[in-house]
Amino acid sequence: MFAALFGSVEQGIIYAIMALGVYLTFRVLDFPDLTVDGSFVTGASTAAMMIALGYNPILATLMAIVAGFIAGCMTGLLHTKGKINPLLSGILMMIALYSINLRIMGLSAENAIVKPNIPLMNTDTIFSQFQSFWSNLGIDTALTNFIKNTLGFQTAPSTWGTILVVLIITLIIKFIADWFLKTEVGLAIRATGDNKRMIRSFSANTDSLIVLGLGISNALVAFSGALIAQYSKFADANMGIGMIVIGLASVIIGEAIFGTKTIFRTTIAVIAGAIIYRIIYAIALRIDWLDTSDMKLITAVIVILALVLPQFIDKRREKRRKLKRRAERLGEQNMAQGGNHLA
Amino acid sequence: MLKLEGINKIFNEATPDEKIALDNINLHLAPGDFVTIIGSNGAGKSTMMNMISGALTPDFGTVSIDGNDVTRLPEYKRSHYIGRVFQDPMAGTAPSMTIEENVAIAYSRNAKRRLRFGSNRERRDFFRTSLEKLHLNLENRLNAKVGMLSGGERQALSLLMATFTKPDILLLDEHTAALDPSRAELITNLTKQLVEEGNLTTLMVTHNMQQAIDLGNRLIMMDKGQIILSIDEDKKPSLTIPDLMNEFEKIRGEKMNSDRALLG
Repeated sequence: MFAALFGSVEQGIIYAIMALGVYLTFRVLDFPDLTVDGSFVTGASTAAMMIALGYNPILATLMAIVAGFIAGCMTGLLHTKGKINPLLSGILMMIALYSINLRIMGLSAENAIVKPNIPLMNTDTIFSQFQSFWSNLGIDTALTNFIKNTLGFQTAPSTWGTILVVLIITLIIKFIADWFLKTEVGLAIRATGDNKRMIRSFSANTDSLIVLGLGISNALVAFSGALIAQYSKFADANMGIGMIVIGLASVIIGEAIFGTKTIFRTTIAVIAGAIIYRIIYAIALRIDWLDTSDMKLITAVIVILALVLPQFIDKRREKRRKLKRRAERLGEQNMAQGGNHLA
Repeated sequence: MLKLEGINKIFNEATPDEKIALDNINLHLAPGDFVTIIGSNGAGKSTMMNMISGALTPDFGTVSIDGNDVTRLPEYKRSHYIGRVFQDPMAGTAPSMTIEENVAIAYSRNAKRRLRFGSNRERRDFFRTSLEKLHLNLENRLNAKVGMLSGGERQALSLLMATFTKPDILLLDEHTAALDPSRAELITNLTKQLVEEGNLTTLMVTHNMQQAIDLGNRLIMMDKGQIILSIDEDKKPSLTIPDLMNEFEKIRGEKMNSDRALLG
């Protein structure tokens, strides 16, 4: 159980980068961007293709980020220049990316134009490279001994290197995001999501800000996809299905639990939300009568509950308050009438 | 400073809803002019403001600011020169951002926005001293979300933000109309103060005749897309509401029918 949860936390931290991207569009720009399902795979397939061709994993990951950025900018251009509704621009781009991703993966094989997946079993990845450096430090053995002997767990994770490296990457991105949203450009992007008319009257080009915001968001999503491909050692054309809902679930869960008082806190909330989602996922998978394929349904239910429950709770609270006031008022009237009878 | 020449605009051209919004508008503002604009609903006041700000472009005619033809310049580029306050108190500020962040956005209006903090200690001090002018204690609530402020407070903040970087032209579009009388008075006084301090070239649309008479050095009256009356600097101080009503009757041969124009 401990090892399973440990793996979920590792994945959650990687998916958190994607969730931060979703936060940037859904919350900051107020743009429901469905490109994510496609750009996640674009990141994964670009990185996997380049790694399979023998490029350095770090370079492959950087190229994945660039590919995601371009995909996001395209969605932004469809919306701002093409005047296409935000949801539809994202859907169009997502569909287009499905074919593009197959082509990208096809580049890894000489005898195929398209490929539905790329395995990365015996190739170097960012994680395997870090691992070779990390295992020399001897920290893993020390921690494993500590967990087995001192804490008394039966199993211990095979390595602590992966969680450390993904945690560092995600936190760096979090701090960059916090900083960026406070810069002059970041403030203008936030105001674009908040009040377009106002920010235009302060000489900001909302069109380019939307394109930039979508580009950055999808660059993060593709980054996350590239890391997941290297973590799970394969890229697959279908690995992005429902990704937007997972991102949204992470944002909503995080915000509901940790609050949104400041940006610093909200980005932490989003990361924590992504990790919590993965833990819920892992626990759900251990329930006997649930199948792995049910997970999309569960995700949808989680998001629906997270969206509906707060309204429901508010309404209940309001109703109870009204009933209470009514009871008090009736009580006062009865008292007054009782007084009259006596007199 | 601001020159409108032969501005024409027709909405829904060649349909049954066709409406002549602006009919050959010519207007010239010298630097430091404060012009108030009155007129009944549909007279073309707001359309003219939108022409100047760049939210709308004229069918023909030219808009020039400080000698530069800006007729085809998009709104966001023109707003380098133009500060604007809208009628809706919600329109001029970003509600989910803090007071400080809103002011910082206004502050970076003139410069190219870059990847540096929108606010630092030095700027924050400047923001504080500027906010003090409003006498609303906003300078001590820099981290409050603007959405939490009242309509009057938001409008005062919008006004400060619009005048912050000393724009060439300030456009006020019925910016007190949505406020209760005491708040409206506060904003009116503030307008006077900020315009005088910055010696700003200002255009103000209002439905309140008394306000139009009290403020500014010039007054124009619009009707059916035309400027039908223009009162100059030398005549404005002695102007009264009955004068305006009479002038309207003389020009149009009918009584002014807008109660709203009278009462504000």
